[in-house]
Amino acid sequence: MTDSKYFTTTKKGEIFELKAELNSDKKEKKKEAVKKVIASMTVGKDVSALFPDVVNCMQTDNLELKKLVYLYLMNYAKSQPDMAIMAVNTFVKDCEDPNPLIRALAVRTMGCIRVDKITEYLCEPLRKCLKDEDPYVRKTAAVCVAKLHDINAQLVEDQGFLDTLKDLISDSNPMVVANAVAALSEIAESHPNSNLLDLNPQTINKLLTALNECTEWGQIFILDCLANYTPRDDRESQSICERVTPRLSHANSAVVLSAVKVLMKFMEMLPKDLDYYGTLLKKLAPPLVTLLSAEPELQYVALRNINLIVQKRPEILKHEMKVFFVKYNDPIYVKLEKLDIMIRLASQANIAQVLAELKEYATEVDVDFVRKAVRAIGRCAIKVEQSAERCVSTLLDLIQTKVNYVVQEAIVVIKDIFRKYPNKYESVIATLCENLDSLDEPEARAAMIWIVGEYAERIDNADELLESFLEGFHDESTQVQLQLLTAIVKLFLKKPTETQELVQQVLSLATQDSDNPDLRDRGYIYWRLLSTDPVAAKEVVLAEKPLISEETDLIEPTLLEELICHIGTLASVYHKPPSAFVEGSRGVQHRRIPPRAGSVESAESPEVGQSGSSEAPPAVIPSQGDLLGDLLNLDLAPPTATVPSVQPSMQMGAMDLLGGGLDSLLGGDIGGSPSMGAGLGAAPTVMPAALGGAPAVGGGLGDLFDLGGGVGMPTGFYVVPKTLWLPAMKAKGLEISGTFARRGGIIQMDMSLTNKAMSVMTDFAIQFNRNSFGMAPAGPLQVLTPLSPNQTIDVSLPLSTNGPVMKMEPLNNLQVAVKNNIDVFYFSCQFPLSLLFVEDGKMERQVFLATWKDIPNDNEAQFQIKDVHLNSDAASNKLQGSNIFTIAKRTVEGQDMLYQSIKLTNSIWVLAEMRVQTGNPNYTLSIKCRAPEVCQFVYQCYEMVLKN
Amino acid sequence: MIGGLFIYNHKGEVLISRVYRDDIGRNAVDAFRVNVIHARQQVRSPVTNIARTSFFHVKRSNIWLAAVTKQNVNAAMVFEFLYKMCDVMTAYFGKISEENIKNNFVLIYELLDEILDFGYPQNSETGALKTFITQQGIKSQTKEEQSQITSQVTGQIGWRREGIKYRRNELFLDVLESVNLLMSPQGQVLSAHVSGRVVMKSYLSGMPECKFGMNDKIVIDKQGKGGTTDDTVKSGKQSIAIDDCTFHQCVRLSKFDSERSISFIPPDGEYELMRYRTTKDIILPFRVIPLVREVGRTKLEVKVVIKSNFKPSLLAQKIEVRIPTPLNTSGVQVICMKGKAKYKASENAIVWKIKRMAGMKESQISAEIELLPTNDKKKWARPPISMNFEVPFAPSGLKVRYLKVFEPKLNYSDHDVIKWVRYIGRSGIYETRC
Repeated sequence: MTDSKYFTTTKKGEIFELKAELNSDKKEKKKEAVKKVIASMTVGKDVSALFPDVVNCMQTDNLELKKLVYLYLMNYAKSQPDMAIMAVNTFVKDCEDPNPLIRALAVRTMGCIRVDKITEYLCEPLRKCLKDEDPYVRKTAAVCVAKLHDINAQLVEDQGFLDTLKDLISDSNPMVVANAVAALSEIAESHPNSNLLDLNPQTINKLLTALNECTEWGQIFILDCLANYTPRDDRESQSICERVTPRLSHANSAVVLSAVKVLMKFMEMLPKDLDYYGTLLKKLAPPLVTLLSAEPELQYVALRNINLIVQKRPEILKHEMKVFFVKYNDPIYVKLEKLDIMIRLASQANIAQVLAELKEYATEVDVDFVRKAVRAIGRCAIKVEQSAERCVSTLLDLIQTKVNYVVQEAIVVIKDIFRKYPNKYESVIATLCENLDSLDEPEARAAMIWIVGEYAERIDNADELLESFLEGFHDESTQVQLQLLTAIVKLFLKKPTETQELVQQVLSLATQDSDNPDLRDRGYIYWRLLSTDPVAAKEVVLAEKPLISEETDLIEPTLLEELICHIGTLASVYHKPPSAFVEGSRGVQHRRIPPRAGSVESAESPEVGQSGSSEAPPAVIPSQGDLLGDLLNLDLAPPTATVPSVQPSMQMGAMDLLGGGLDSLLGGDIGGSPSMGAGLGAAPTVMPAALGGAPAVGGGLGDLFDLGGGVGMPTGFYVVPKTLWLPAMKAKGLEISGTFARRGGIIQMDMSLTNKAMSVMTDFAIQFNRNSFGMAPAGPLQVLTPLSPNQTIDVSLPLSTNGPVMKMEPLNNLQVAVKNNIDVFYFSCQFPLSLLFVEDGKMERQVFLATWKDIPNDNEAQFQIKDVHLNSDAASNKLQGSNIFTIAKRTVEGQDMLYQSIKLTNSIWVLAEMRVQTGNPNYTLSIKCRAPEVCQFVYQCYEMVLKN
Repeated sequence: MIGGLFIYNHKGEVLISRVYRDDIGRNAVDAFRVNVIHARQQVRSPVTNIARTSFFHVKRSNIWLAAVTKQNVNAAMVFEFLYKMCDVMTAYFGKISEENIKNNFVLIYELLDEILDFGYPQNSETGALKTFITQQGIKSQTKEEQSQITSQVTGQIGWRREGIKYRRNELFLDVLESVNLLMSPQGQVLSAHVSGRVVMKSYLSGMPECKFGMNDKIVIDKQGKGGTTDDTVKSGKQSIAIDDCTFHQCVRLSKFDSERSISFIPPDGEYELMRYRTTKDIILPFRVIPLVREVGRTKLEVKVVIKSNFKPSLLAQKIEVRIPTPLNTSGVQVICMKGKAKYKASENAIVWKIKRMAGMKESQISAEIELLPTNDKKKWARPPISMNFEVPFAPSGLKVRYLKVFEPKLNYSDHDVIKWVRYIGRSGIYETRC
């Protein structure tokens, strides 16, 4: 008799038949019926109607039948909560059974029944089982606490189960300890701040002891829990490492990877000059290599992790290149991962071997793999300079194969090689040009066009080549169109005489016949540049390009660090932080590597916390988006996949701040090409009239060449030194410090943007929240070049006061949102009120007197300005620089009385009387204003101006 | 942790479905079927994320096993668990097939309930499981038996039960190695390694304490320091450098880490004691010398010589050389000195089989391959020539030096145990590019 027959019954009236069988007197028949029910349940049939009948079978001493009934209960109890209550008695009774297997079964199943009423009954049996004499029951009860917590967290806390669970960490049975650790870790994850898993040296010691004795799975739970502990000092860290290293020889790969996680994390704390540190590094390599002889799925997990480990500590595997060579029969996912690691490990020492392998791979069958292999050759050339020549000749060999996708891929990477080593390998251009016809992918076409444009002066028939592309201009993808436009402009600037017609043609194609705003805008820019100032055009279009660097797809250090703390888990497989794919509160905690003891580097830059690899981060090929980059055509995508995007995880609370403003910030007009189409209204006559309908107009073209022209203009306005507004930590590596200034009647916000991340930042834009004085950016944020890592850019943003008004607290608070290609960041800063003091703030004497009297005395505020060592004239002069005008001066009994007026941008007048006594460094200031709330801030301006 | 576990047949029909967590809905079963089993393109990763739910899958013949989760689980653990699940099922009912799974679905549910609790893997040693999860239904147990079961399942030595008795104490050690090679057409070794396993079958009474010794270079060198110079010279030649090894959970790892001694209480019956890997001084049992010549566009001449490289007194068996042929092959003529060779059109290869071959011999095959003219621009990728064989020695050079058995409580000594050792070297991926 076989059980498979249960899967095949499909006749009608089945339910009724089953019902009859379930209520049969014969035990065997009953059991058969329950089996049928479970089989139906498995294939997705609804058998919930049989609930009461199945539950009736629960009272049995046949364990197999009991288990089947329990299985049914777990599935359907939720849909029939009232009926489920019927089962409670049996559960409670089973929890008292003399057989420990039955006690455990009951408590295990009860925890899986997610019905509130049942959980109430569960508490007492669970409490007993947690203290059961049999370890099998205790280990089951420990997991049950986690189950109950998932259903009703409050109940678990109220009943004191958490404390009992903590006690189980000291249990004599290692498996009970392991399950208790697993349960506590899970509960702790949903209470990020509770000190639930109170890890101290004593508990750690208990865990380490249990580690030697429990099952392989238990070892994983314990190691994963250990990884969350932060040792007090390097000695403790070392002693834990010593006790964890034996796990590296375990047959279970998950045990090995979890041990690697603990070691990678704790190693960070060890001083590098310690002998043990070196020993540990050496011990890590062999187990990692051994993981590659596991089954393919595990190999994949291991490779994804090794990819992280190699980025964090390249020294561990630098001699193990060969084990990453691809085997013919490897599954494709293993092949692709191995290839990635090979490139990371490529160095001058092993490049010959690597190249020979890559060449071999480029002839394989799988298209994706072949493409990646060809790209890898390009990356080797860029990474190891000595190999560049060999790489290029290998690529040429591959082009000779005429396999279409190989040729295209090769051309794309050769373009990058040209970027890295300009004027070195141009001899191959002829070969490339032979393959022009076979290119059908946009990326390859664009790369080829770029090459032709870049080296137009050396290609005799460059104009013919480009012209041939121009014929089907409108059928090309945008990427190719943009590239073609630029290439022809380059050609024109290099050979103006023969190509005038061509450039006219492409400009009119781009501007008149195209619907693509990017293309049109770029066309206009070129057009205008060429027609107004060909010399400037040359400077812009043919400018020297920044070098590209070797590493192109490194994971950002902060993310890498977090992922290292998640070795072995899904996060390390996806290369994404858990918050990116886990819902709810779980996994949102960011894990960090503990800082190295006594490390100088980490003390200097705690927010970067990258003590291990403080070498200058390599520059990265800029990605697309910004204007100058566009004009120079730096926007071809980098040769490999970009860094996985980081999900917004912090500062979610600040989202609402900007209200509607946020929408417009994220809106299309800034996203695409900031500062484009600038001032075209006033363009020369070459511009077609159709321009009237062009998208929003920003700052003038002049801005392009005259970065923040106002900076440094001599005025008397006192400018506060720049302060840190947005720390890099909060903005994924973007640091902003800044101040405000008023120059020539224009309010300016001076900012220094620093890129402290690993990747290039582009597409900057700025927006303010509504504020007390209606301050708003008067133009777009002019960050014209991509901001490379470690680079700082100073920008001056002109502000207007015509924006929407909303009273802020404090009055001079300004909430700012800055966007770049990575994310939107928020910060707030306070501006000195003197920013708003206008130049025509000098009141007529008569008016002053009348106004002074007119303002009720309640509105008068008095302040003391202490420790000013200036005489009244000097003070008056100084104040005038900040648009605080002295209207009259009276001297009474050796006391100078200065009468002053100020006008704010919103036409509020502020009147002041300042008393200066000769020889007394303390001034008395009385301020009167119809809006008394500004007085405090005016006083601050006095303080600031007079004391600086 | 693991939220649910599903088993499907090749059509994507669910055979087993067990959900452990509330966040996994019934639709997860269908999501996997639609997106992975029925996917138009072959799946390119064993981990798939569909709508924030992660699926881990492994395939055994045409059966899919999938674990599902919505959390950041330990991915390595999930795969290890899936493999273990396969092992357990195989130990219970043999081959994993649709028929067997359907026939044993009650048993599988019972197992899943036991070895995975709320998604946390629990003791999954077959030895222990078989004491209380049986196909015959539960036997009536005495109280002692019950507590023995539970203490074994949760105990420190979860892999062995007490009170085992054999009239004849006997053990078998198999050193099974697979030798892997990638060689360039010019005969240069691009990469070579041996991955080996020591499989033990133990039929020993009581709770025997075992100690296993092999010619591990580190151990021998350490001992050599204390011994006479004669010893070091003698043993120095024979010792091998082990790159890395992993052990069954019965081996005391901390002892290995500190003293490099392998001591353990073995499970009863067959199990894998250790795995190891070596890369140095590997004896490559065969050398393949390929010669491929393209004669015009429609003909290919292939000549392959194999040379055996071990003691003439030993015999290699089950030798098979696989020579790939282009896709547009129209006909093949083969001449070989020894064995049988056949062109298999369905596999695009010439398969040359030799039953036995002694050491230090040489054999040759030559073939003429006729090609259909094609206008396909793409060149033939020339996959490597692969080889299969079996030799009666360990290509790594590993030697078992001793396996000592101590059982102080019972009255048998190490000398009374009958021990058998056998070495088998097999080809892993043994390829020569041509």
